[in-house]
Amino acid sequence: MSANHQLSAADLTLGYADRTIVEKLSIAIPPARFTVIVGANACGKSTLLRGLARLLTPRAGTVYLDGRAIHQMPTKEVATLLGVLPQTPVAPDGITVADLVGRGRYPHQGWFRQWVAADDAAVANALQATDTLDLAGRAVDELSGGQRQRVWIAMALAQETELLLLDEPTTFLDINHQVEVLDLLTDLVHERGRTVVAVLHDLNLACRYADHIVAMRDGKVAASGTPPEVVTPELVKSVFGMDAEVVSDPVSHTPMIVPVGRHKVKAKLKAAAE
Amino acid sequence: MSTTGFAPVGTVVAVRRRLQRRYALVMALLAVLTLAAIGLALAVGDYPLPLAEVVRSLLSPFTGNVEPAGDFIVLGVRLPRAVAGLLAGGAFGLSGVLFQSVLRNPLASPDIVGITMGASATAVAAIIVFDWSGTAVSLSACVGAVVIALLIYGLSWRNGVTPYRLVLIGIGMSAIAGAVVSYLFTRARIFDVQEALAWLTGSLNGASFEHLAPLALALLVLTPVAAVLWRSLNALQLGDDTAKALGTRVELSRLGLIIVAVLLAAAATAAVGPVAFVAFVSGPIARRLLGPAGNALLPSALVGGLVTIGSDFVAQHMLGRNQLPVGVVTGAFGAVFLIYLLAAAHRSGRGG
Ligand SMILES: Nc1ncnc2c1ncn2[C@@H]1O[C@H](COP(=O)(O)OP(=O)(O)OP(=O)(O)O)[C@@H](O)[C@H]1O
Ligand SMILES: [Mg+2]
Repeated sequence: MSANHQLSAADLTLGYADRTIVEKLSIAIPPARFTVIVGANACGKSTLLRGLARLLTPRAGTVYLDGRAIHQMPTKEVATLLGVLPQTPVAPDGITVADLVGRGRYPHQGWFRQWVAADDAAVANALQATDTLDLAGRAVDELSGGQRQRVWIAMALAQETELLLLDEPTTFLDINHQVEVLDLLTDLVHERGRTVVAVLHDLNLACRYADHIVAMRDGKVAASGTPPEVVTPELVKSVFGMDAEVVSDPVSHTPMIVPVGRHKVKAKLKAAAE
Repeated sequence: MSTTGFAPVGTVVAVRRRLQRRYALVMALLAVLTLAAIGLALAVGDYPLPLAEVVRSLLSPFTGNVEPAGDFIVLGVRLPRAVAGLLAGGAFGLSGVLFQSVLRNPLASPDIVGITMGASATAVAAIIVFDWSGTAVSLSACVGAVVIALLIYGLSWRNGVTPYRLVLIGIGMSAIAGAVVSYLFTRARIFDVQEALAWLTGSLNGASFEHLAPLALALLVLTPVAAVLWRSLNALQLGDDTAKALGTRVELSRLGLIIVAVLLAAAATAAVGPVAFVAFVSGPIARRLLGPAGNALLPSALVGGLVTIGSDFVAQHMLGRNQLPVGVVTGAFGAVFLIYLLAAAHRSGRGG
């Protein structure tokens, strides 16, 4: 049922004012897979995501959606194919949850096509999927950080796009809701053939849920592939500058990173690390 | 996606209905208050008329039931004045809520980001330097509003315009235009000063229907445009990134909305002068009435008209024997409201 849309970038250079953040980066997002981008703070994950989502105009290079240069496509057409959740979205004062999530229907409406029953259904589905249906009538600015985050995810879901790019969708969420959101995104990928790209900071959850993982360092792709291929102690050291053991996750048998800091470390390991 | 039972959709529909009901209620309330204010404005004065008499006068062009003295007072004097208040207040209200929404800042009304001050500078120059009057002054005001808007937009352009930069540059330009006005006053003859001051305060004195025609035309054309653009405003309010993600052409929509807002402020200022703070208070009052019930466009226009007619009534009839221009009352009201807004923002920890 999915048309399996292709998103890729060739020699993409992105920056702000006089600073170049991402330089000559090429990437292909595997369709109908869950791709996770990881990397240290300020390494350019959000910048790359914004570039891929045509929110940032490239200095050089091109982003392709189904073989067409995305920045040349009508932005509204893109919006029906590709949904984005930015890292820090802003909600207007006093807006209700249902109203905010309803704004995700914007690309499906137009001069002649106003609000219809399908929009209500999409909003209801998105609210239910993110466990926020009982918040529908509440004001967004009166919610907890985690509730608000789930409402924003609901807004992106209500857009009902084949491609979904999410910048840190699990920040602010408690462990249970993190897992629920990632399960939900996995359902979208595996049951509906959607393509999902998410920036995550929790490496263990990233390894568990990602079909494809992209590790970034200083605006470049340091490594990409399946989590077992990519996530090694050497990679963690080079990307995050931190010593770590990589063991097998007892639940999913995916790589699990156990950080080694300066304290609370067994003497034997400490010696090995030095 | 499959719909899982009726309950979730029912919840969503119920919320939407509730907001629609509240919107309808607010609109009805504002319409009734506006009608009442117009009724009062037509009935009260040095020559008080009973309401029945007012209605008879209003209908006399159709019924032929003419009574020259009463008709002159109602149709020739008080009605144009009330209509001037309604139209100018409505245009200021629309302009204000557009600015505040586009720039995502409740303080960013045209009287604060310099549009009305730009109009004032050129109008005062027209009066003091060129000795113009009437329509020429109105036209100068329009030109001033548009020119200062272009300057502000141009100066804040750097790979696109961010709302915050636009507000800051607007405030700066407003100060510069204010300085121009002060400078012009130092060079003026005393008679011109009086005329310029009267214009600067903003007043509905001597309003006539011919005089209001350009403003009415501007409203007739620009209100539907604003209503159409409001749809993209719903997306713009979520921040530039989300708006772009939803398929809005952000720069284009923002420019279109600002142009409409500037033209409305210019037309209103040209007609009645820069009546202080009407543009500033209308949007926030409308939003407080609406709560989360959405589209503040038309409610803000009604609030603007109501505030102007109400303030004119106070200025004319409730401040002793001196009849003051409407701008004095709206200025005082707006200042109090500004303090209230800042205090409320401070309490809720949102600071503006
Ligand atoms: N709007 C902006 N203007 C100027 N510089 C920016 C802007 N946004 C980000 N940057 C800079 O670009 C660099 C990369 O930022 P980016 O937001 O892409 O990092 P990130 O990998 O998403 O980090 P985090 O994990 O903290 O979200 C940083 O040095 C940041 O300061
Ligand atoms: Mg980021």
